Amino acid sequence: MSDLSGLYQELILDHSKRRVGDGPLADPQASHHEVNPTCGDEITLGIRLDPSGSTVEAIGWEGDGCSISMASASALSELVVGADVEHAREVIDAFRAMLRSKGAGEPDEDLLGDAIAFHGVSKYVMRVKCAMLSWVALEACLNEAQATGGTAGASAPTPSEDA
Amino acid sequence: MTFETQTTSEPLDLASIRRDFPYLAQELNGYPLAYLDSGATAQRPTVVLDAEREYLEHANAAVHRGASTLVGAATTAFEEARESVARFVGAGEREIVWAENATDAINIVALGMADAAAGLGGAEADVFRLGPGDEIVVTEAEHHADLIPWQRLAAKTGATLRFVAVHDDGTWNIDDAASVIGPKTRLVAFAHVSNVTGHIAPVEDVVELAHRHGALVVLDACQSVPHRPTDFAALGVDFAAFSAHKMLGPNGIGVLYGREHLLDALPPARTGGSTITTVTMERAEFLPSPQRFEAGTQPVSQAVGLAEAVRYLERLDMRRVHEHEVELAGLLVDEVARIPGIRLVGSGPGIERGALASVDVPGVHAHDVGQFLDSRGIAVRVGHHCAQPLHRRLGLRATTRASAYVYTTADEVRRFASALAEVRPFFGATA
Repeated sequence: MSDLSGLYQELILDHSKRRVGDGPLADPQASHHEVNPTCGDEITLGIRLDPSGSTVEAIGWEGDGCSISMASASALSELVVGADVEHAREVIDAFRAMLRSKGAGEPDEDLLGDAIAFHGVSKYVMRVKCAMLSWVALEACLNEAQATGGTAGASAPTPSEDA
Repeated sequence: MTFETQTTSEPLDLASIRRDFPYLAQELNGYPLAYLDSGATAQRPTVVLDAEREYLEHANAAVHRGASTLVGAATTAFEEARESVARFVGAGEREIVWAENATDAINIVALGMADAAAGLGGAEADVFRLGPGDEIVVTEAEHHADLIPWQRLAAKTGATLRFVAVHDDGTWNIDDAASVIGPKTRLVAFAHVSNVTGHIAPVEDVVELAHRHGALVVLDACQSVPHRPTDFAALGVDFAAFSAHKMLGPNGIGVLYGREHLLDALPPARTGGSTITTVTMERAEFLPSPQRFEAGTQPVSQAVGLAEAVRYLERLDMRRVHEHEVELAGLLVDEVARIPGIRLVGSGPGIERGALASVDVPGVHAHDVGQFLDSRGIAVRVGHHCAQPLHRRLGLRATTRASAYVYTTADEVRRFASALAEVRPFFGATA
């Protein structure tokens, strides 16, 4: 039988309840809305960089979705707040690579920390998009914050193509 | 609506039926598969698969093109399939148009009406010509396939789209429809059986009301034709749509039913080879229905497969199929209603519905519910079931749906309910 605990690891169930970063960010420098069209799950994630534009100072998100998508946003917030922007991009790339691995390989624990708990999700192809939702939003926010040099603004909702 | 009291002599022989479906014999995650997703797509009996292969191995040719013996045989098979389907739904054979699926069938009507509004089709297409001040009526419970084409038609023609409001359980009745349908109504579109609530629409009453105001009626019959005896002529609808893959047939083919004089007048939105009588460099004259709508190469082996599925259902007897599903629907609703803290969408016990149940598990997202059931070998549908407005109206984003068919057993329904009862404890839901 399929071992559900491989998917719903304690860390994931725990994050889905703790929801680190849950709540909208006042004055976000960039904000992005992501939708999973298959189930209607959505998240709006906002970020603020420090004055020099090199560090992620704060993240806030509001979302409605399954335990995987909510836990993923929580783990992301814990991992990325306080991180250097370039490091945050590396973490996003590593997370995406892990989710695309179909369960193969060993995720980089140094980079991903608690987020390696999502390695098991990669074996469930229909759930990968759930886990990626907030990360795609974060990537769009970083792009926007850096492109606009930190002026406030929010990008339009786009259905997530990333899986 | 009450339960049908007239019963036929013998119930379906489930063990024998299940032997006809190799798919059902497999395991899912270490458990015997309980396939409760036939509302999304049904499985196919061996005879349907064999009929397609047989046609392709021995009779495949380009139908309605050329004059050879082979073309004659293929064309005969293609048109006999149409006759079989027509007989199954109380239609004449010129009233059955092949489409890609039900979505496509509804689009043929909506796009044809947009063409009429744009001036195509001559005087006989007047009945389809909408403009500002005209109203299109749908219900809040529609599948996106029976909503978006009408949104687009309204946008193209300047007509207004209006909605029959549903109650808090997602159902609606003739009084609700009567408060919206009126002299400005030109078209009414709704599902015969809801794919989310299982609610059975009062079709004849709506038809009577709509026709009194001179409006056309389009019926989404996706969840009715596969599951209950359906006679479109008796129901009185002007158009109806259903898909083969939900009734034991192949993918890639669906049916548009239309009353003959309406189909002959509806402009063909998709044009091309095989639809015409005379073509000049400037213009084309179109054949009557159904050929006027069947442009390009047709899904012939799929039509042959669908006809075999129809014969299979006729052998089972649709009255017995319906009785079986009424029983399963009752069991499904009773079992779900017994689980504390689970919200059943749609009407409660004692009211007939299609053999499906969508549920909300408070504190647990439908994706997680579905994943848990999947780990127990139970296949269900999770999400908004292509009915976002209905879910929003019910204060929900996604639900978990179990749907039954001819091969579904009471034991599978009980397994669903018993696994469902374990979901909240597993996720520690307290909401």
